Amino acid sequence: MNKVLMSGNHIIGEAAIRAGCRFYAGYPITPQNELTEYMAENMRNVTGGIFIQSESEIAAINMIAGSSAAGLRVMTSSSSPGISLKQEGISSMAACELPGVIVNIMRGGPGLGNIRPSQGDYFQATRGGGHGDYRTIVLAPASCQELADLTMEGFDLADKYRNPVMILADGMMGQMMEPVIFKKPKPRVYNEKFMLRGAGSGKSKFIHGLILDPIDMEEHNWKLARKYAVISKNETHYEEYKIDDAQMVLVAYGTAARIAKGAIKRLRSHGMQVGLFRPITLWPFPELQLRDLSSKIKQFLVFEMSTGQMLDDVRLALQGYADIQFHGRPGGAVPTPSELANVIAKHYKKND
Amino acid sequence: MAKTVFKRPKSLKENVFHYCPGCGHSIVHRVIAEIIDELDIRGITIGVPPAGCAVLAYNYFDFDMIEAPHGRGPAMASAIKRSLPDRVVFSYQGDGDLAAIGIAESFHAANRGENITIIFINNAVYGMTGGQMAPTTMLEQKTTTSPAGRNKTLDGYPVKVSEIFSQLRGVTYLERCMVNSPANVNKTKKAIKKAFQCQIDGLGFSLIEILSPCPTNWKMNSVNSCKWIDEVMTKEFPPGVFKDNIAEAKKASEAE
Ligand SMILES: Cc1ncc(C[n+]2csc(CCOP(=O)(O)OP(=O)(O)O)c2C)c(N)n1
Ligand code: SF4
Ligand SMILES: [Mg+2]
Repeated sequence: MNKVLMSGNHIIGEAAIRAGCRFYAGYPITPQNELTEYMAENMRNVTGGIFIQSESEIAAINMIAGSSAAGLRVMTSSSSPGISLKQEGISSMAACELPGVIVNIMRGGPGLGNIRPSQGDYFQATRGGGHGDYRTIVLAPASCQELADLTMEGFDLADKYRNPVMILADGMMGQMMEPVIFKKPKPRVYNEKFMLRGAGSGKSKFIHGLILDPIDMEEHNWKLARKYAVISKNETHYEEYKIDDAQMVLVAYGTAARIAKGAIKRLRSHGMQVGLFRPITLWPFPELQLRDLSSKIKQFLVFEMSTGQMLDDVRLALQGYADIQFHGRPGGAVPTPSELANVIAKHYKKND
Repeated sequence: MAKTVFKRPKSLKENVFHYCPGCGHSIVHRVIAEIIDELDIRGITIGVPPAGCAVLAYNYFDFDMIEAPHGRGPAMASAIKRSLPDRVVFSYQGDGDLAAIGIAESFHAANRGENITIIFINNAVYGMTGGQMAPTTMLEQKTTTSPAGRNKTLDGYPVKVSEIFSQLRGVTYLERCMVNSPANVNKTKKAIKKAFQCQIDGLGFSLIEILSPCPTNWKMNSVNSCKWIDEVMTKEFPPGVFKDNIAEAKKASEAE
C-alpha cells in the first residue's frame, strides 16, 4: 500500500469515505474547515455519497441521526463551540442507539476562545457531554496514521455498539501533515433490523428516546449501562512508551503525548528514566492498566493542553497509590519538547 | 348485507388517542392515515414526529417513525429523504417546534427544496408544556406566559409561516387549511394528499399549515374553539394556497 502525504483534516475525511461513510453534514468552524471542504469536494463523487452544508451544528447532528437511522454510515465534524451545540443530538443518538462518528478538532475555550490547539473539551467528551445517563466512545489519535486508523475503527465501533463515537483531536493535529497509509477497511457488520427504511409489508418500527414510564426508563438506562460496561471491558486502548525502566511516567494524549515523547527523548539523553502512558481511548479510560503501573512506579506527571481535566481520571485510576504532578498549557500555546523537558526535569529531580 | 362506510385506516394502530377531546391532532392523524392508505404508501412512508403533543404519534401511526428532538424534524427528514430517495418522508410539527426553536431547520429545509412534506399544526399555543405563548399566539391572546394577553411591543407579532415560507424559491406547494368543520377537514385532506403526491412525483418541498383547535389551553369547549378559528385566527392566518408550483416543477422535471 502506498504512503501519501496529507493533512490531518483531509486524512479524517479520506479515511471516513474509505470506511464507507456515505453521509456527512457540517457547518464551517476553524480549525476543522478543511475537513468539511474535503467532504464537499469528494463525497458527491462517491456512489451514494451525500454532503450537506447544514444551517447549524444542531441541524448537522440531527441530519446524521436521521441518515444513521436510515442505515447509512454517517459523520459530522466541528470544533469546540460547535460541539457544544451538538450535545442534545449526541445524547439523543445515544438514547436511540444510533451509530455515528463525531469529530471534534478542539480549539481554545471557554466561550469563543481562540482558534489555537487545545484540549479543553476532555470533560465534555468523556462525561457524555449532553444530558442524561450515557457515554460516548472517545478516540484520541496522536499521529496522522492514527487519525486514519482510528477514524476507520470509529465507524466499526459505532456500528458494533450502536453508539456515537467521538474522534477527539485538536487544531494542531488537523493542520499537521504526515505520510499515511490507508488500511483496507473491514467489511461493515450492521444488522438491517436496526435500520428504519419503511415497513414494507411488515410490522412498522419506531425509534424514540421518550420513555414516559419510570420503570421502563430505568430498564433502558440499565441496558445502556450494561453495554457501556462491555465497551469498557473490550475496547480500552493505550500505548506505553519507555515504561520498563521508568522512574517517572508522563500521562498525556493526542498532541500533548507527541510533545511528551520528544521531551522524553531529551530527558533520557540526560540519564533521566522517564516513560509515557498514552490513553488512546479516553472513554473508556484505561484505568486498570494505569493502576497496575503504580505497583512499581511511584511518580506520575500529567501533561495536558488544559488546566487539568484528564488529571481527574488519572487520580481516580491511581487512587492515591502514587504521587501525581501536573503541567498544563490551556491557552493554545503549544510548548516545544525541550520546554516540556525542562519542566519535567525539575519535578524529576525534586523527587530524586 | 350491510356496507361498511366507516372504518379504521390501515395506517392507524388500534390504540386510543391520548389527545384531549376536540383536539385537532387526532383529526389530522386520521386524515394522514387515510391518505397513506389511499396512496398505498404505508410500506415506504417514514414519519418524523416532534416534541409536542404529537410526540407519541408513533403509538398511533402504523408505519415507520423516528422521533426528532424539539424543532429538528426537518433536518432529520431531509437526511432520511436524501438517504432513501424513494421513500415518502414527512415531519409533523407544532408551532413552537417549527416557528420558534426549529425555525432554522424548517426554513432551510424549505429553502433547499428538500423533497419532503411538513405537516404544520398551528394551534397558537405550546400545547404539550401547558399552554404557554407560541410564536403564532394571537395579539391580546392570554396564555400562561402572556397572562395579560400577547403584547406586541414586548412579545412581538404572530409569525405567519405560510406567508414567509412561500417566498422561498425552494418551496413547491404550500397551503394553509383548518380542521374546524367537516368541509374544512375535507379541504385539509385534499391539501395533504396533494403535498404527498407532489413529493411522490419528485417535485420538491411542500408544507401544509393547519389551524387546529386546542380546547384545553384555549379554555374553550370544542364548538367555541372551532368558532374561534373562524372568527379570530383566520384574521391573522387566512387560509388558502400560498404557493403552487407543481405544474412548473413537473414541466421542468420532464424537460430534464
Ligand atoms: C430542547 C427542548 N426545549 C423544550 C422542550 C419542551 N417542549 C416540549 S414540546 C414543547 C412545545 C410544544 O409546542 P408546539 O410545538 O406548539 O406543539 P403542540 O404541543 O402545541 O402541538 C416544548 C417547549 C423540549 N422537549 N426540548
Ligand atoms: S393540549 Fe391542546 S394540542 Fe395538546 S392534546 Fe390537548 S387539545 Fe390537543
Ligand atoms: Mg402548538
